Amino acid sequence: MTVMEQRGAYRPSPPPAWQPRTDPAPLLPDAEPYRVLGTQAAAQADPELLRRLYAELVRGRRYNAQATALTKQGRLAVYPSSTGQEACEVAAALALEDRDWLFPSYRDTLAAVARGLDPVQALTLLRGDWHTGYDPREHRVAPLCTPLATQLPHAVGLAHAARLKGDDVVALAMVGDGGTSEGDFHEALNFAAVWQAPVVFLVQNNGFAISVPLAKQTAAPSLAHKAVGYGMPGRLVDGNDAAAVHEVLTAAVRHARAGGGPTLVEAITYRVEAHTNADDATRYRGDAEVETWRGHDPIALLEHELTERGLIDEAGIRAARDAAETLAADLRERMNQDPVLDPMDLFAHVYAEPTPQLREQQDQLRAELAAEGEQR
Amino acid sequence: MTTVALKPATMAQALTRAMRDAMAADPNVHVMGEDVGTLGGVFRVTDGLAKEFGEDRCTDTPLAEAGILGTAVGMAMYGLRPVVEMQFDAFAYPAFEQLISHVSRTRNRTRGAMPLPITIRVPYGGGIGGVEHHSDSSEAYYMATPGLHVVTPATVADAYGLLRAAIASDDPVVFLEPKRLYWSKDSWNPDEPQSVEPIGRAVVRRSGRSATLITYGPSVPVCLEAAEAAREEGWDLEVVDLRSLVPFDDETVAASVRRTGRAVVVHESGGFGGPGGEIAARVTERCFHHLEAPVLRVAGFDIPYPPPMLERHHLPGVDRILDAVGRLQWEAEN
Ligand SMILES: Cc1ncc(C[n+]2csc(CCOP(=O)(O)OP(=O)(O)O)c2C)c(N)n1
Repeated sequence: MTVMEQRGAYRPSPPPAWQPRTDPAPLLPDAEPYRVLGTQAAAQADPELLRRLYAELVRGRRYNAQATALTKQGRLAVYPSSTGQEACEVAAALALEDRDWLFPSYRDTLAAVARGLDPVQALTLLRGDWHTGYDPREHRVAPLCTPLATQLPHAVGLAHAARLKGDDVVALAMVGDGGTSEGDFHEALNFAAVWQAPVVFLVQNNGFAISVPLAKQTAAPSLAHKAVGYGMPGRLVDGNDAAAVHEVLTAAVRHARAGGGPTLVEAITYRVEAHTNADDATRYRGDAEVETWRGHDPIALLEHELTERGLIDEAGIRAARDAAETLAADLRERMNQDPVLDPMDLFAHVYAEPTPQLREQQDQLRAELAAEGEQR
Repeated sequence: MTTVALKPATMAQALTRAMRDAMAADPNVHVMGEDVGTLGGVFRVTDGLAKEFGEDRCTDTPLAEAGILGTAVGMAMYGLRPVVEMQFDAFAYPAFEQLISHVSRTRNRTRGAMPLPITIRVPYGGGIGGVEHHSDSSEAYYMATPGLHVVTPATVADAYGLLRAAIASDDPVVFLEPKRLYWSKDSWNPDEPQSVEPIGRAVVRRSGRSATLITYGPSVPVCLEAAEAAREEGWDLEVVDLRSLVPFDDETVAASVRRTGRAVVVHESGGFGGPGGEIAARVTERCFHHLEAPVLRVAGFDIPYPPPMLERHHLPGVDRILDAVGRLQWEAEN
């Protein structure tokens, strides 16, 4: 009998009692981005860590400047600088243990380098000699990811796999504010929360997705708020405060490692340079805004804190700058050598065993190369 | 592990058995997808796996194809061998971004440092009276993506042998399951030791002298039926089952066409931009001097998959194949 047929007998009853699955309050981000530098909390920070962060920030900025210069010399096809965002990059790398994995986006070269990747290998994607110039397993850094947000589910899968194997490995996945609008962002956060996977998502909210400001990207109160809907905590942090980003990320990593599941961290920062060397930022933002953010510079903030508290002196600052110059000089020199490429590499890694069709094409190219050689 | 006797066995059962054997042999093999656990999949192809191996090894995922394939990428990065089920052909499309941007090219991108041994099982094709989005033949999209293997069985034994090979492959394999053959049975004996079938080899299902029907997946039984019917008209047709679209077995196909001098490619997916064009071109390039007629194609129409009440007009059937075979008596003035 259908409901229609038994209408006369139907007695409405109240629906079963509804209970939300979790209390959203502890998941909600703070109203203000978390800060350490210039606040009481700074006194608790480990001076050694602060000095280490400082050295990495200075190195990172110099790396960005050098890489941008290399685009002007035609040595790099393009470079998306993270100048102004170094605190996020460095803290991301330093919040992880060796066994952990980093899943960077195309802008996160610095995080990869701070994790120990060869600075030249980190640039092959952008130089154009190969797509990923390193073995991801060696440093546990996934390939720099160009499509937006697609690396996020990879991080979830890897973290989930590690946990299934009994390893206490955490994955940290980085994404921009624009990337949070992609479907993969949603799917990754949802999977991570359902599986309680040991993942930390770090959104670097640098204000723009190329030219599009955050207001046109989302109507959410903050990107960190998005966490609540998935059932994971959202944390808001000042992305230019290296000590704060490091503390929040380290806590999130520890939480994940202990079986507490994923966290979404939104770091509020700013991209002071253009999207890439090919972009004209004056078309979509004014100088005044950029200047305001230059006044909240991650390196200056930390240097100020260190100097005020007598944790670093002129010699210490000079040492950091010298180390950065050494890195830049090495990068310059090695990047100015022409890479030697083997065209037969084109076929080497499409499949474990080339298909018969690829073998034919390989033979064709080999013959073409031989003919070229004879002509020379 | 005891093997349950499955007599007579269906293709679906052979696929289940392949996954079960692979999971038993290698703890890194994980099955994941929508409804694959408790329910055993909407076609019951993963039936019993969650019970036998636990939900961590046969996992009901959230309903999100990009998420399923994207997390499988990460799992493979960490040394697992995910076997992913896409519920239906047309529901794999949300995962194409992951498939094309990552699954297919991560080995290449990392210069071989990071292969992704993922098997993507896709029930595909029509003939089961499915509503829209449940009958697409999507093989051309997969074939057009370098870095993927594309495999499709037509027999119960191949379903087992090829799926074992796909799971064992260090490269991603798109494993297309002709859903209209899920319940087909043949002489496969589940109690006998099973063989793993290497990917990339076509097989002559029926030998003949007057023309070759080149086909795969759901169209193989149709071509065999057509070959029987053609005998009355004096045609002795050879039927080649490709089994693997990538890599493509040029040798077996060309050898057959050189013997017969005539060829028809048969598949369900649309002809324009479809697999048949590629196959016909390859055959022509290799067998031009042996050909007595142009290589013809019998394909589905170039239309979105039709509503179920009309699908019989769309699917290449015996008559359309015989008609093409008739046209192989080609003369220059045609
Ligand atoms: C799927 C996809 N669509 C478009 C692009 C082109 N694109 C590259 S960067 C970018 C903006 C990204 O902004 P955001 O996520 O905020 O990161 P940011 O560049 O600010 O670090 C766009 C649209 C892309 N890389 N991937």
